[in-house]
Amino acid sequence: MTSPVTTVSARFAGAPSGSSGSAPRLRTPRRRHTPGKPRRSVLLTLLTGLVLLYSLIPLVWLVISATKSQQGLARSFGLWFDGDFALWDNIGETFTYDDGVFTRWLLNTVLYVVVGAGGATFLAVLGGYALAKFDFPGRRAVFAVVIGAVAVPGTALAVPTFLMFSEMGLTDTPWAVIIPSLISPFGLYLMWVFAGEAIPAELLEAARIDGAGEVRTFFRVALPLLAPGIVTVLLFTMVATWNNYFLPLIMIKDPDWYPLTLGLDSWNSQAQTAGGEAVFNLVVTGSLITILPLIAAFLLLQKYWQSGLAAGSVKE
Amino acid sequence: MTTLLTPAAAEPRPAPPPARRDRRSWTGWGFIAPFVAVFALVFLAPIAYSIYLSLFRDQLIGGTTFVGLDNYQEALKDDRFWAALGRVALFLCVQVPVMLGIALLVALALDSGRLYGRSFFRVSIFLPYAVPAVVATLMWGFMYGTRFGLVGDINDTLGISLPNPLSPDLVLASIGNIVTWEFVGYNMLIFYSALRVIPHSLYEAAEIDGAGQIRVITAIKLPAIRGALVIATIFSIIGSFQLFNEPAILQDLAPNAITTDYTPNLYTYSLSFSGQQHNYSATVAIVMGLITMVIAYVVQLRGMRKGA
Repeated sequence: MTSPVTTVSARFAGAPSGSSGSAPRLRTPRRRHTPGKPRRSVLLTLLTGLVLLYSLIPLVWLVISATKSQQGLARSFGLWFDGDFALWDNIGETFTYDDGVFTRWLLNTVLYVVVGAGGATFLAVLGGYALAKFDFPGRRAVFAVVIGAVAVPGTALAVPTFLMFSEMGLTDTPWAVIIPSLISPFGLYLMWVFAGEAIPAELLEAARIDGAGEVRTFFRVALPLLAPGIVTVLLFTMVATWNNYFLPLIMIKDPDWYPLTLGLDSWNSQAQTAGGEAVFNLVVTGSLITILPLIAAFLLLQKYWQSGLAAGSVKE
Repeated sequence: MTTLLTPAAAEPRPAPPPARRDRRSWTGWGFIAPFVAVFALVFLAPIAYSIYLSLFRDQLIGGTTFVGLDNYQEALKDDRFWAALGRVALFLCVQVPVMLGIALLVALALDSGRLYGRSFFRVSIFLPYAVPAVVATLMWGFMYGTRFGLVGDINDTLGISLPNPLSPDLVLASIGNIVTWEFVGYNMLIFYSALRVIPHSLYEAAEIDGAGQIRVITAIKLPAIRGALVIATIFSIIGSFQLFNEPAILQDLAPNAITTDYTPNLYTYSLSFSGQQHNYSATVAIVMGLITMVIAYVVQLRGMRKGA
């Protein structure tokens, strides 16, 4: 949960030193080859290509392995196809195995993501807007406490949260996963910075002079201006909730409320338990199905999250 | 801990100061109250409760009694805790520099504009970030297998015998590889975003002065993204100390190599959920949290000092 903070803060931490260094701005005559358009290098491309291979090979392995039956997984080379192409069988079996429990896990994950990440984004937008555009008693204290909490190891909170929730009777219910997901300090921080830059104070003044109430001003004036920031926060909170493992692991014992991550893990462990059936082909296919939505979201929304993250980079 | 982030947090102070002094009112609370309420429930209350728990002990005879700081004393003398801490410290010293080093090199390569297909590189290397730790670990875990996995395939094909990545000696390195794979692209993107902010006029000036590429990198680019480097380091430190998902999932595949107290977090987890020692588990978690904060704080101080 803490990790996404880095992105934004890093960007801004980088920004000031960069711009302060530009103080003695030189007017330079145009040069024949400008620094913006250096010559491309095959060698550098190949070297970076090694990292690219490293990043993609496991994913290629996953796609290829998802086409293999259990026997195929054992007998064929990992990075090439087996004789029989079992992808469709695997997908079918993944969704029907154990009375279609995978579908249930998928729906649980969607529930946690929609309510958890959606709620987290909504709270962060409201809060960030308040921090950026209102002066209220305790404003600094709120910000200091929230940012400080980022550094608290998430797992240090796990045990007490579990005990508290179990006394409230929330464990083994979706709430136990959803409620802690609702807080994204990173989201709050991003929205605070973003609202400060994207919403001119005069615009809010104008809306108020026109007699619009605070709620109406927020929804009609502020919200549309915050869209790129909202998409960015939404994507990162979605990743955090979709990929969540530790929180559901401690909170949920009932397999009917498992998210995909816990479900896959339980399928994998199944082979180790006495009398358990090994379903590695389903673990592999289920893994592929689990990562596809997020990868698709990141690829399709590239323009938004990259501009959201780069919002502060347009100073020059 | 507020100090940890202030350099980053203080810089982007949004341009217009929040309204005027005379408009100071409670209206803002209407917007932030929902966040604060949930935050209190899932952050502040557990921290307070955790401190409370750490001061008690649940004994067979006498039930729950107040023991002051006894649990902390026990934790400081606990060999299993220190062994786990030593393991993540080793992990931190090796994995984090490797990961951040690769991320930085790729970011510099992308930023240099000398690559063919830059955006393809950027997006593809970032993609593993979207893969859940569970899936990443299962994938790599299968590939590590000497019987059915890629390692086994390579052994068969080439007639060699690579060491088993899941053996007790190598499993920490194997975990390091998984974590590196997951986050190298993410850190690359952070560095890359920071590099993009550097004003181009600086490069033009450097070119006039006849500075070469290496010189531009060491004299302009690296100092300019110092903040990003420090913050990525701090969050990698926090991540290393919190190491849990990867070893917990690999445990099924390498039960002999990964013990229940392999990392501090696995230790608190097993204390609490297998051992029912909630009080002691809370204590270990607090000690670990404090150590993490101190180290993160020191890194931040050292990293930022030279920058100023």
